[in-house]
Amino acid sequence: MVMRTTLQEKLATVRFRPDPEPHIVVDGEVCRDCTVHACVYACPANLFSLLSDGSIVFSYEQCFECGTCYVACNREGAITWRYPAGGYGVSFRDA
Amino acid sequence: MSALAFDVVVVGAGPAGSAAALVAARSGRRVLLIERGEYAGSKNVSGAALYAPQVLEALLPEFWHSAPVERHLTRRVISFVSPESSIAMDFHAANWDHPPYNGLTVLRPRFDRWLAEQAAAAGATFLPETVVDDLLRDGAGRVVGVHARRPEGDIEAAVVIAADGVNSFLAKKAGLRGELRPDEVSLGVKEVIALDRRTIEERFALTGDEGVTYEYVGSVTDAVKGGAFLYTNRESLSLGVIVQVASLTQVKVPAYELLERFKAHPSVAPLVRGGRLVEYSAHMVPEAGLAGVPKLCGDGILVTGDAAGLCFATGLYLEGMNFAIASGAAAGETAAAASAAGRVDAVELRAYQRRLERSFVLADFRRFRRAPAFAMSERLQNVYPGVMTALAEQALASRGQPRSKLLALARAELRRARVPAWRALRDLWRGGRAFGW
Repeated sequence: MVMRTTLQEKLATVRFRPDPEPHIVVDGEVCRDCTVHACVYACPANLFSLLSDGSIVFSYEQCFECGTCYVACNREGAITWRYPAGGYGVSFRDA
Repeated sequence: MSALAFDVVVVGAGPAGSAAALVAARSGRRVLLIERGEYAGSKNVSGAALYAPQVLEALLPEFWHSAPVERHLTRRVISFVSPESSIAMDFHAANWDHPPYNGLTVLRPRFDRWLAEQAAAAGATFLPETVVDDLLRDGAGRVVGVHARRPEGDIEAAVVIAADGVNSFLAKKAGLRGELRPDEVSLGVKEVIALDRRTIEERFALTGDEGVTYEYVGSVTDAVKGGAFLYTNRESLSLGVIVQVASLTQVKVPAYELLERFKAHPSVAPLVRGGRLVEYSAHMVPEAGLAGVPKLCGDGILVTGDAAGLCFATGLYLEGMNFAIASGAAAGETAAAASAAGRVDAVELRAYQRRLERSFVLADFRRFRRAPAFAMSERLQNVYPGVMTALAEQALASRGQPRSKLLALARAELRRARVPAWRALRDLWRGGRAFGW
């Protein structure tokens, strides 16, 4: 038996307390003509999705705050990223 | 000075920050340790193997009696992997099961929380659930404190220690480092999988609290540069893949998909069989080695741990927490002395860098400066693991036919992989320069 789990099952194990104010802001104007879409493959929670019209939609509630999206993004100003307010966001327990 | 003023303000209660706060508080300074999470460790992820426990023992004698540690690492397995096979180096040292141990596995949310409590017990004030957004500066541009995202969030400090992790916005704000490049950092994704104690001990041939680390390189991360790991805890396994961000976005495979392929590999699947997923996590890892270490100090500020790129990821050595603790302690010591003397300019604070140069921290970074690039090179990552497993398969196969000798088999496998012999020899030389001499 292979221990396969879907991303949904993975995310269901994690405790998130979303900051009421989004800590990631995507500027759709800047990423409109992007062809790389690095954020889509970089995010370990699959929070960035590419729509058929080429635009990016994203959610921040299940963010691990790793920073990979803004490091991977090659468009300056496309992703504005900061940490959620103190006490909010992801809380790992390892148990 | 306003009411909120400290000699030393440490931002980030990971191993580096807590070690810094503990050392500075012990020397009698007024220390504030700020953590953005609900508790120390709540944002922190690593394998997690704490190597060289004597580094922490220098601060907290025989800490393993009271700290939440999992297993004593006595076995290390490094595997080169192709889709259907693997070849491993398996090292076991029974004497590593005794104090001070060579390495211990820990669960970061518990361990980091404990370590921050030790800093508080030493006299540091611990302030959780507080995110620091900016530095305070005086008219001359010197750092004189931090600004927390809360009403009246200015906190004055003689010295600020940025222990705010791989993303270190404070090191950037201080002008000590630029933006992280996608080829300087890796993304780690990890699962903790529960297995009962007895199954772990039987499956991994462990006695008592002995533990093992497995590391894998090759097809286990597809064509993405990086590797995979599997560590034993008391009653769980920690396993994951760590992949270079630049390579990840070129190959366009999400890291969690690579993690699934890793678990399904025929050499790995039997190890995780029957387990139950407890938690999934993700974090970035600074893996550029010496090239990724920024300026370590400015006027009124020191940078330490992952914030300073001080994660020793060379392929052969994969160590972060001991480097974080050693660099944090050196930062705490320097900040305490400088604030006591009332001289906190960059020249004075350079004592921090000298301390790191004298210790294993920068000595190892310098000695193995070629290793990170070698470990991430295309052929080591994506060609040689396949050559090695194929060579082993050819050499070990029994077919009732006359056998070839090793060199002939190796040349045939290299030819099949389209690697000219001179190139393989040159890579061998490079590996030798990285690790051998």
